[in-house]
Amino acid sequence: MPARVGVVTFPGSLDDVDALRGVRLAGGEGVSLWHADADLHGVDAVVLPGGFSYGDHLRCGAIARFSPVMDAVIAFARDGGPVLGICNGFQVLCESHLLPGALLRNGRRRFTCHEQRLRVTSVKTAWTSAYDEGEEITVVLKNGEGRFYADERTLDTLEAEGRVVVRYLDANPNGSLRDIAGIANEAGNVVGMMPHPEHAIESLTGPGTDGLRVFAGLLDSIAR
Amino acid sequence: MTASEPPAQPYAELGLKDDEYTRILEILGRRPSDEELAMYSIMWSEHCSYKSSKVHLRRFAGAQEHPRILAGIGENAGVVDVGGGTAVTFKVESHNHPSFVEPYQGAATGVGGIVRDILAMGARPVAVMDSLRFGDADAADTKRLVDGVVAGVGGYGNCLGLPNLGGEITFDPTYAGNPLVNALCLGVLPVERLHLSAAKGIGNLAVLIGAKTGRDGIGGVSVLASATFEEGSSAKRPAVQVGDPFTEKVLIECCLELFDGGLVVGIQDLGGAGLTCALSETAAKAGLGMEARLDAIPLREPSMTATEVLASESQERMLAIVEPARLDEVLAVCRKWGAIATPIAEVTGTGRLVITWHGAVVVDVPPASLADDGPVYTRPMARPADLDALHADDPSRLRRPATGDDLRATVLQLAASPNLSSRRWVTDQYDRYVRGNTVLSAPEDAGVLRLSDDAPAGVALALDGNGRFARLDPYLGAQLALAEACRNVAAVGAVPIAATDCLNFGSPENPEVMWQFAEAVRGLADGCVAMGTPVIGGNVSFYNQTGETPINPTPVVGILGLIDDVERRTPMAFTGAGDSVVLLGATHDELGGSEWAWVVHRHLGGQPPALDLTAERALGEMLVEGSSARLFSAAHDLSEGGLAQALVESCLRGGLGVTVSLADDAFVALCSESASRAVVATADAASVLTLAARHGVPATVIGRVGGDALVVDGAFSLPLDELRAAWEGTLPRLFG
Repeated sequence: MPARVGVVTFPGSLDDVDALRGVRLAGGEGVSLWHADADLHGVDAVVLPGGFSYGDHLRCGAIARFSPVMDAVIAFARDGGPVLGICNGFQVLCESHLLPGALLRNGRRRFTCHEQRLRVTSVKTAWTSAYDEGEEITVVLKNGEGRFYADERTLDTLEAEGRVVVRYLDANPNGSLRDIAGIANEAGNVVGMMPHPEHAIESLTGPGTDGLRVFAGLLDSIAR
Repeated sequence: MTASEPPAQPYAELGLKDDEYTRILEILGRRPSDEELAMYSIMWSEHCSYKSSKVHLRRFAGAQEHPRILAGIGENAGVVDVGGGTAVTFKVESHNHPSFVEPYQGAATGVGGIVRDILAMGARPVAVMDSLRFGDADAADTKRLVDGVVAGVGGYGNCLGLPNLGGEITFDPTYAGNPLVNALCLGVLPVERLHLSAAKGIGNLAVLIGAKTGRDGIGGVSVLASATFEEGSSAKRPAVQVGDPFTEKVLIECCLELFDGGLVVGIQDLGGAGLTCALSETAAKAGLGMEARLDAIPLREPSMTATEVLASESQERMLAIVEPARLDEVLAVCRKWGAIATPIAEVTGTGRLVITWHGAVVVDVPPASLADDGPVYTRPMARPADLDALHADDPSRLRRPATGDDLRATVLQLAASPNLSSRRWVTDQYDRYVRGNTVLSAPEDAGVLRLSDDAPAGVALALDGNGRFARLDPYLGAQLALAEACRNVAAVGAVPIAATDCLNFGSPENPEVMWQFAEAVRGLADGCVAMGTPVIGGNVSFYNQTGETPINPTPVVGILGLIDDVERRTPMAFTGAGDSVVLLGATHDELGGSEWAWVVHRHLGGQPPALDLTAERALGEMLVEGSSARLFSAAHDLSEGGLAQALVESCLRGGLGVTVSLADDAFVALCSESASRAVVATADAASVLTLAARHGVPATVIGRVGGDALVVDGAFSLPLDELRAAWEGTLPRLFG
């Protein structure tokens, strides 16, 4: 039986179809989860996809955090279940206090969409376990509010504990502190990242297939 | 005036002419109510009634009869059967005046409007493109407009989760007081789900779904779209709609779930002219009546009058026709998506559109008198008086580069010019990856989209126009736009099958503009027959002028192509070191209206390049066949900037140089904009030459891919680093 990975659809989610495709191409079974349904239907892992949940009203992710499904996701995460938030999903995880810090408007104040080189700096999470430590990968970055911000002490803690999962290479695209593109929680089961691995899973449609290993690594971890 | 005579009605202020008002009196046999008068003024506006263009647009009618065409002009958008039970629908539309008054919202709601047109066909919107034109790049007001329009196109499309495949952005002083914002949307649907907009079935209900109705956009079509700008246009800002893409995203998903459940019998979007248009058109199409309760509509501002509710252009609304037995299911789906849904009308057999407002009948008219029986004008036409002088001012008098160094500087100057430089500053603000089916997007010649994960088939889309060519010769200019769009689609390996057009012109009350319009439509209609690409939908935008000066006539053409296997699409990048570079098509000394003449000399005159549509079609067929045989490692069409610019782009895209040898006049070879040409790179030049000969396409091996410079033997060498800095630096330097 392939692992079952839930992908949440909030009103305004956009990359849910892409995340489901990523799960499928990696050999898993994608399960659509609806924001108003507090039941995770027994999935083995959860992805909060990119998009503009609730139109980014108030703040990115601020309203989605109060969706019924998030109570279940928070409980699942606290029990050690693997949870990945991509872009808007990362914002939701920060709003839910499953991850520290916040995502602010880009330094150049514009939405930007481009191929982005990253360095994988922690392979201890299920989501990054298929990469080599220090490996350079290229996926897609697209956001208007992707500038990672946290206080100095939090940043120091994240670095000391090896919880910075991916960093931007080349020019910092949005002013994120310490070039941080993605982080993990203390236990390592919850990961948030601004770049989109689910847009780099087929060479036909993306900048290579580097992103596919996010899903492949997860499925391997679940199988083990 | 005697005491018993009622006061005169303000029809002139609403944009109605004396004879139009008289016709309303005849139709109704009485004075119209205020609400009726407002509805006639809206539906009989140029924007809604096509009263000046109708007699010319009939030229497109003949070519619509094709088994593949499921819906054509007259529906919200044309629909093409692409096989396997799948149909695609696409259309381009203008939102020019709103975008000048309020660039962000004008452009955003331009995208929102065309997306709802596609949704109304029963399709899932899957991609957008945009064609933008502004004044000189360094002109005072351009940065404000570019910033706002690009952010608006991106802000709305990104938030809907629609990949932007590309399009064009052009700078020319002719658009300084009147930018052009044309947005295209593509949708996909199962053939059997095709929804048409008739309000069928007596007793059925019309349910308004989506945003609440507010005061925004009132007078949009009659005030903004159907008149010329004057001083103080910012006073027209309230006539620009305000968009909320989140509401539209929810509306799209909600409507798709309604379609999937077979819960609606008809659907119509609310765009320009709002409810007035939606009610009268759905009733008129069915040949039935409708009884609407206007006070049932949820309002953003409770103090709105009936006229304001009818005229509101509030965004993100659809009108669904529903059987009463399915109403509860419809409302449940809308609740699931958080979309407001309100039954507001019932289909009747009376043949009248009756509208009540708090118990009082405020409108009682035959719906077809609004939707179909608007005035039709055969406007006077006159060939522009300055055209002969313009033609006589031939570019042959312009100084040409004399030495290799001169030529090198010219190629560099062209590559860095606002119209030819890298568009990344724009396209990086658009999401091109979402939904995961984008195979090619800007800066490639055409966008290519996979239609599903389970099959290799896809579609290609290109959007092109050239106002300078059309100024010199509107008949030929329209055909050159068509030819370029077809060539772009063929260059990626797809077969062009259908067209959509956005016809941007000055005031139809100016006989010279009307002549330009008629010529362009004639050219396009003739061209579409020759290319086998019927126009199946589009839009006319008149009154694009500032004061008395019309814009250059600017027909923009979108072409849809089919590709049986997206894996074989041909990209534009030179990637194979050692590949031969083959020039396809014939090059003549044709520089009238060219980028070279404009960039180097600020010159517009002479004749545009000649066009032989048989040769164009042969080139296209050859490009598709070569792609199918996987003969090409790269293909790139030649258009603005000629061979020089094509080589620059293919080199920079692939990060590989090229060395070419050009016979005779290297300047003409590099900068001429002769039509029906492309370059391809191939590892098998002999087969390409054989293929070209079989299609009757002139073909010359001009060089070889490799190195890190663009080298023209005996003339110059341009390192790619230097070229890239020039090409990529321009738009960021201009716009930050």
